[in-house]
Amino acid sequence: MTALVALPLVLPLTGAALSIIVGRWRMAQRVIGLVTLATVAGLSIALLVRVDDVGPTAVQAGDWDAPVGITLVADRLAAIMLTVSSLVLLAVLLFAMGQRGVEQTHVGFHPVYLVLTAGIGASFLTGDLFNLFVSFEVMLTASYVLITLGGRPEQVRAGMTYVVISLLASTLFLATLAFTYAVSGTVNMADLGVKLADAPDGIRSALALLLVVVFGVKAALFPLYFWLPDAYPTAPSPVTAVFAGLLTKVGVYALIRTQTVMFPGDGRPGTLLLVAAGATMVVGVLGAIAQDDVKRILSFQVVSQIGYAVMGLGLFTLAGLAGAIVYLVQTIVVKTALFLTAGLIEESEGTGRLARIGGLVHRAPVVAGLFLVSALGLVGVPPFSGFVAKLALVSAGLAEDQYAIVAVSLLVSLLALFAMMRIWTGAFWGEAERSARAVAGPQAQSVDRQDVRPLGGPPLMVLSTVAVAALSLAVAVAAGPLYDLCLRAAADLVDPAAYIGAVLG
Amino acid sequence: MTLLLPFAAAALFGVGTYLVLQRQLSRIVIGIGLLGHGTNVLFVISARGRGEPPFVGSSDGGEMTDPLPEALALTAIVITFGVTAFLLALAYRSWIVTRHDEVDDDVEDRLIARRGLRPTPAEDGEADEPGEGEEDRGAGADGHAPLGSGAPAGTAEGR
Repeated sequence: MTALVALPLVLPLTGAALSIIVGRWRMAQRVIGLVTLATVAGLSIALLVRVDDVGPTAVQAGDWDAPVGITLVADRLAAIMLTVSSLVLLAVLLFAMGQRGVEQTHVGFHPVYLVLTAGIGASFLTGDLFNLFVSFEVMLTASYVLITLGGRPEQVRAGMTYVVISLLASTLFLATLAFTYAVSGTVNMADLGVKLADAPDGIRSALALLLVVVFGVKAALFPLYFWLPDAYPTAPSPVTAVFAGLLTKVGVYALIRTQTVMFPGDGRPGTLLLVAAGATMVVGVLGAIAQDDVKRILSFQVVSQIGYAVMGLGLFTLAGLAGAIVYLVQTIVVKTALFLTAGLIEESEGTGRLARIGGLVHRAPVVAGLFLVSALGLVGVPPFSGFVAKLALVSAGLAEDQYAIVAVSLLVSLLALFAMMRIWTGAFWGEAERSARAVAGPQAQSVDRQDVRPLGGPPLMVLSTVAVAALSLAVAVAAGPLYDLCLRAAADLVDPAAYIGAVLG
Repeated sequence: MTLLLPFAAAALFGVGTYLVLQRQLSRIVIGIGLLGHGTNVLFVISARGRGEPPFVGSSDGGEMTDPLPEALALTAIVITFGVTAFLLALAYRSWIVTRHDEVDDDVEDRLIARRGLRPTPAEDGEADEPGEGEEDRGAGADGHAPLGSGAPAGTAEGR
């Protein structure tokens, strides 16, 4: 059991070290990456089953007891997030292998990708606020490298903004940690949940708000979202897919975790979160409508979707939190599928600009099908996965009489449908204005425009995208059991006694 | 002592914030370094007061200082150091490819903002405003241009 909690961090880090050693042999790196990620995915599923059975499980590193030592905690929320993220990471690694891009040209891709995996896993499992900071730094440092891999001028420019903004948020996080320690004398989250209850109300709200700002930057919450649509589209496709799918959601996870465990009882910033959530939804989707590039439209949609997840948190009810968790799960999967599809479009057309592409539905019907399934899933058209998640959120909002946020969320869904239809009509219908392949470089395939390829791309890329899209359908099919699981996870959050008990013993 | 440290932290945060708001990358990097120092001072403050060095056996019975904030500050220093090194490497790379030291605006944002004013195709309207930071639209849109092929736009004001 101890190993089950610790291995999702230890394995990827070991794999990363091995991957550097065998850097000269790309096949060996691939085997290490795949085996590690597949093992982590298997372990996460085992952990989820186990934790769902026995409740939150804590591991004290080096047998130092809780408030002093380093604590790893797996509860249902952490295990759910870990499972989804490891499956997605595995699929994206396969996609990267199929693409002729950074995975093949850079010796650093595999080690850094594994470090990213470890950082994400550690963020989910850590039971202590300072180690949450360290995990975020591990994850972000890996992401700095991945986002600038290749060193094109555009990447350097966008990477610069991304690194500086993330560093500022991290500095603020550190300052918050210092304040927290000064107030309570501990950085263990469960211990904080007990000790902060005695702190004066003003100090408690100040800490809660500081954490909202810190994780708001990481999660791209309005008005702290501006760096995201600038930075994400410049990275290589598989990297963008992982970032869009996972990184911001780790921020939302941290927001949920800290707001529920550390600040129990009343005085939570619920209204503030709801307002920020509504603004995030609206701004994100309006930005998406204005864009002209597939990846940029999708990047703004990422911002919009963060709003939905935060809306669930802002309600601070059982149903709201359960809705937020379902939404996180489905948006990770669907968003990754969409960005992988965008990668397929760029692979086959050489560009993602809507003005230059068209008629893909005839030339790459499989890609068109994948996009349709994922886009409808994102918008929330029944019976796709987004419908389940949005239904959960809307009914939770109605139960709390929060009609304004519910109305905003429904309106934004409609606008999101419009944004996705722009991609559909621009990229898949019609004819290409001018042949993008003629102006594209060596990466584009030397296939005639009339030539129909059965899959519309390299087989490994298409198959990994199919796998993620199928996962999103599975979310819709298994909606009932999934929602029940998320309800149980939310129950742990509403009453963190089990979590605190598991950590402090 | 107790008042000095908060003021030192405040000064470091103030200067750091000012520097981070500049356009020159070198100033931003220094600003981030100063902000990092500010947080380290905050950690020292959070230890609440002086005491004996926290080594087992070295104390003569007096109260020890709290060693945990120092451990946290050390970890933070290491992380800030590593990331600052990466940031400097990135700034150097930025100097190599653009020949200037400024943070550029998002090209796509500019194009879309301009599209609202003037209904011309976005691709045609960019050559007329040099120094705005459009390093090679072709590389941006297609991603196939070789490294460093970006036009050295903005060279003049970078020097």
